[in-house]
Amino acid sequence: MTTLTPAPAGSTSRPTAAGGRLAALGRAELTLLLRSRATLVTAVLLPSVTAFAMRGMVKGLDLGGTGLSVATVMLPGALATALFFAVYTNLVGVYVVRREGLVLKRLRSGEVRDWEILVGSALPALAVAFVQSVLLAVGLTVFLDAAAPPAPHLVVLGLLLGMAMLVAGAALTAAFTRTAESAQLTFLPFLLVTMAASGVFAPRELLPDAAAEVADRLPFSPVMDLLRGGWTGDLGAVDQLRLTLLALVWTGVAVFAVHRRFRWGPRS
Amino acid sequence: MGNARATDTVIEVAGLRRSYGAYEAVRGIDLAVGRGELFALLGTNGAGKTSTLELLEGQAAPSAGQVRVLGRDPYRDRAAVRPRIGVMLQEGGFPMELTVAETARMWAGCTSGARPVTEALEIVRLAERRSVRVKQLSGGERRRLDLALALLGRPEVLFLDEPTTGLDAQSRRDTWELIRQLKDNGTTVVLTTHYLEEAEQLADRLAIMHGGMIASAGRVADVVAERPSRISFELPPGHFLGDLPPLAPLGVTGHEETGRSVRLETRDLQRTATGLLLWAADKDLQLRALDARSATLEEAFMHIAKDLEAAR
Repeated sequence: MTTLTPAPAGSTSRPTAAGGRLAALGRAELTLLLRSRATLVTAVLLPSVTAFAMRGMVKGLDLGGTGLSVATVMLPGALATALFFAVYTNLVGVYVVRREGLVLKRLRSGEVRDWEILVGSALPALAVAFVQSVLLAVGLTVFLDAAAPPAPHLVVLGLLLGMAMLVAGAALTAAFTRTAESAQLTFLPFLLVTMAASGVFAPRELLPDAAAEVADRLPFSPVMDLLRGGWTGDLGAVDQLRLTLLALVWTGVAVFAVHRRFRWGPRS
Repeated sequence: MGNARATDTVIEVAGLRRSYGAYEAVRGIDLAVGRGELFALLGTNGAGKTSTLELLEGQAAPSAGQVRVLGRDPYRDRAAVRPRIGVMLQEGGFPMELTVAETARMWAGCTSGARPVTEALEIVRLAERRSVRVKQLSGGERRRLDLALALLGRPEVLFLDEPTTGLDAQSRRDTWELIRQLKDNGTTVVLTTHYLEEAEQLADRLAIMHGGMIASAGRVADVVAERPSRISFELPPGHFLGDLPPLAPLGVTGHEETGRSVRLETRDLQRTATGLLLWAADKDLQLRALDARSATLEEAFMHIAKDLEAAR
């Protein structure tokens, strides 16, 4: 029964690399995503529906003096919505369900690093968010008869920073979520505050000055500003750098908190 | 316990402790396991077996003491240790909606030098269930899937936490056979179990844990030898315990008389039995319900549990 022979002592035959492990985790998670109809609806359908439904509301806004148009409000708003539903709310549930099902504990017993577990499990969600962002950008541009973004690199930068922040945010939210049932609710505070105050659909310029002052510093505000800057093309280099740093700082804070607070198994 | 130590020590543990808040689950453990050895950790539920095993696997850092697996700290050096060990947790932790093959494929992608998925499933006889979702597997099949994953990387050291819990009798025998083959092929195995028969069947050496400590350890025969053998029989009417030849020279260390029934404890079963039977033949007596037996691991186990409980 040679198949049962252990590897020779000290041998490191074909060690796995981070890329291979991430791919294996991502593939399994994608299979699970495709088998979960409820998750698919939330992650795929909801952002599109929301985006198109917001059109009436955005048209009703008094954008005079903000330098913005319906298109430069709606396009970044639609991408942000896609990020939130495909990445944030989706992953809070994924992390909590996997934790309560002892899957995270099981994964930690093997060669996978902790960060790989969180990132690998997020890969399908990130892919969905990316594809959806592209489709929404193209679809809304046609639908609103808008111009192509003059600074597309800022859109890409905003998407990447938003993804990183929301993966870390989802893990952090999961740390404070006890059960799969409560994962249906715990994503709401961050989602609602961001939707209301970070200028996802209603620009922060429309807020009272004192409120806007605070809202500017919220975690998702710099991501919104970068996305919008991609479509308005009026974001200077200094502002781009400042916004990028602010987004990174918030992401760093979230990563640090995840490192300290994330639980890998259910409370016993 | 150092007498049975192999020259090539694969696992070394000294003064190991583990606390959960104010509760100390592991209270100072020392043990060593040699290459190719099968070591069993026995104990009742809550004895600290799983807590200990998790420290050996590097799942958590001990609150005090040292662990060395393959010469390294399994917690701090997990990147170096994990590719060389296989771990079977007490509870599966598989996503329910993946199939058996998908689960194994995911694990293989995260395992250095992984054997082909089909081969791993064949070893535990799950190949024909490869397309079945995990949620549809029986408890025993899930244990076997767990074992298949633990074996995927051809580990040098295998940690099995209650590998046969929930298995039917046949699957349990199959798993024992498999574990034996692994051992014969040089794999070092540490397993926890609360089935005494399992430890008796498989273990080269074992440790009985109780209250977070090792109460007794050594080869199965050594642990059992700590307990006396027993002879019981019924005396014919008109005969009493006092009619027996002097007990101490026969090696009897204790006796008990209930009605006609007599029970003798001895450290030397052959001498006591011979003396008793010669006496009966000499007197032309028939000893009814005669029973002579060595101590079993179960007796040793029950005795340790009772002793320690009383000592609390």
